[in-house]
Amino acid sequence: MARKKPGRKDELLKLLLYPLDWLEERSGLVGGVKYFLFRKVPGDISWGHTLGSASLTAFIVQAVTGVILAMYYSPHPDTAYESIRHITDDLWAGWLVRGMHRWGASVFIILMFLHMGRVFLYGAYKFPRELNWIIGALILVMGMMEGFFGYLLPWDQTAYWATIVGVNLQATGPFVGPFLGPVLQGGYDIGPDTLARFYSLHMLVLPGAIAGLIGLHLYLVVRLGVVSPPWSPEAAGNERPGPPPAPRSGLVAPSPRGSRRR
Amino acid sequence: MNPPRDVDPHGGQGTPHEPTPTIWPVGFAIGIACLFVGLIISTIVLIVGAVLTAIFGFLWIRDATSGLRAVPAQPQEEPEPAPSAPPIPAHKGPPAMPEPGEGEVVRFPRSKLLEATTLGLGGLIGLVVTAPVLGFTVLPPFIKQGHPEIDVGAVDDFPENKFVTTTYLLNPEQGEVSRRTAYIRNNGFLGDAPSFTILSNRCVHLGCPVQINGLPLKKSSETRDGLVVDRTPNAAAAGFGCPCHGGQYDTEGNRTAGPPVRALDRYEFRIDDGRLILGKTFSVSEVDGTGADAQIHKYTQAGPGQHIDGIEAWLYPLQPPR
Repeated sequence: MARKKPGRKDELLKLLLYPLDWLEERSGLVGGVKYFLFRKVPGDISWGHTLGSASLTAFIVQAVTGVILAMYYSPHPDTAYESIRHITDDLWAGWLVRGMHRWGASVFIILMFLHMGRVFLYGAYKFPRELNWIIGALILVMGMMEGFFGYLLPWDQTAYWATIVGVNLQATGPFVGPFLGPVLQGGYDIGPDTLARFYSLHMLVLPGAIAGLIGLHLYLVVRLGVVSPPWSPEAAGNERPGPPPAPRSGLVAPSPRGSRRR
Repeated sequence: MNPPRDVDPHGGQGTPHEPTPTIWPVGFAIGIACLFVGLIISTIVLIVGAVLTAIFGFLWIRDATSGLRAVPAQPQEEPEPAPSAPPIPAHKGPPAMPEPGEGEVVRFPRSKLLEATTLGLGGLIGLVVTAPVLGFTVLPPFIKQGHPEIDVGAVDDFPENKFVTTTYLLNPEQGEVSRRTAYIRNNGFLGDAPSFTILSNRCVHLGCPVQINGLPLKKSSETRDGLVVDRTPNAAAAGFGCPCHGGQYDTEGNRTAGPPVRALDRYEFRIDDGRLILGKTFSVSEVDGTGADAQIHKYTQAGPGQHIDGIEAWLYPLQPPR
């Protein structure tokens, strides 16, 4: 009897893992996810290094809440404000989802700025990671454009006049400005086309572009690895007395305390 | 787990991959700053700034590209490629593509043709699909955007020398979003023709609605051909003010304070059978004189915040057709 027990356990485990094995054999996805998640990172990274993942999480929250809001929102001048009121006041937890989307927008931008500050102060934008800095800057710009185009959608007085000022600000740009303004708002003044145009840009064009850029951003992070802080003994160019340290994995097996100082 | 990749192209020698340090960007920045300050306060500072920018920009570019312009090391004589191993002969049948014979030159192999065809056709399909889509995105805002003529009431509905706040729907099908406001003042007669001062309420700073600095009197509404026009006369109008950023205008629409770059836009108008008909708007740099005797410096309609005269007007050489 005592012999049978581990066998049964093994079988159960095998049964549980069977779907994963099935998937792995046909796609290699399990290995891919493991490769992506369980990477070697420097031993002395800190909470500052989590700001990128935090920004990604904020983006996912925006995407999910945005998709749900789009189920109830109506981008027409006669009904837009009423549909927002309906979401906020009538629908169950509508106030919560709209609030998450509205405040999450600010959280997304703030986290991106903090992430950018960490990368800047740690010098993590330097060779060979310049391209990733550029992609990140594009994501930041597009994130702010999301804010600009999304601000009109509640279709109240604040949204309307703030958008007029915002569009006209851009229309004062030299040479192309007089053409940029009409292209942005779909005419010389804000009208029904403006709302639909902003809605399309806000929920289709820009999120798609941001998602694609995030994919590139993560690809480069995985390919190039994570940078140690500048004060790290492992930082590039610092001499390493003694034999090279055994490779450690920050996520799987944290380094023993005290081994940082060599 | 894949082995860690070596991303250092310098073979791990730790050579920094950065341009040589240079001080010129500082001068370049000072030049740019002078240029912008000069644009506002004085031409001399502007010229000094431009010269500084040009000089330091040149020096910076020279420094930054010094590495590229350095004489490249003489390339080593490439060794003659070793004669490759004889191709593996096909076991059965004739060769797929016979080797070109003596004196015969391969000009355009089939693989090249297929490659070019695939890329060319793909590009053509992409163009055919993209061009109308892009055009559809960009062009409609510029087409059929004219201002229809609006009948805002009988000439007698506008008391002399009082501004009347007149609002109407430019396009009733679009609803409230197309509501426009004009400040209309009857100046009496100039010769035989009635004279009107008709100002747009669109602030020429960034497009907020300017408000009349006066006392609104009783509102009257008129419906004509399904079009509602609201008229509110104002007593003792002292000018116009914008709630957004504090721009102020006098009763002729001239800027008196704040950030606007020119005078308020005006409407073209005509009198038809005793009715006042509003037409397109146009831009005004400034107005000399008042009322019926005003001299209006008229320009093509430009967007809010865009200069129409002076040196800054060079920044907006082209206006889209309206």
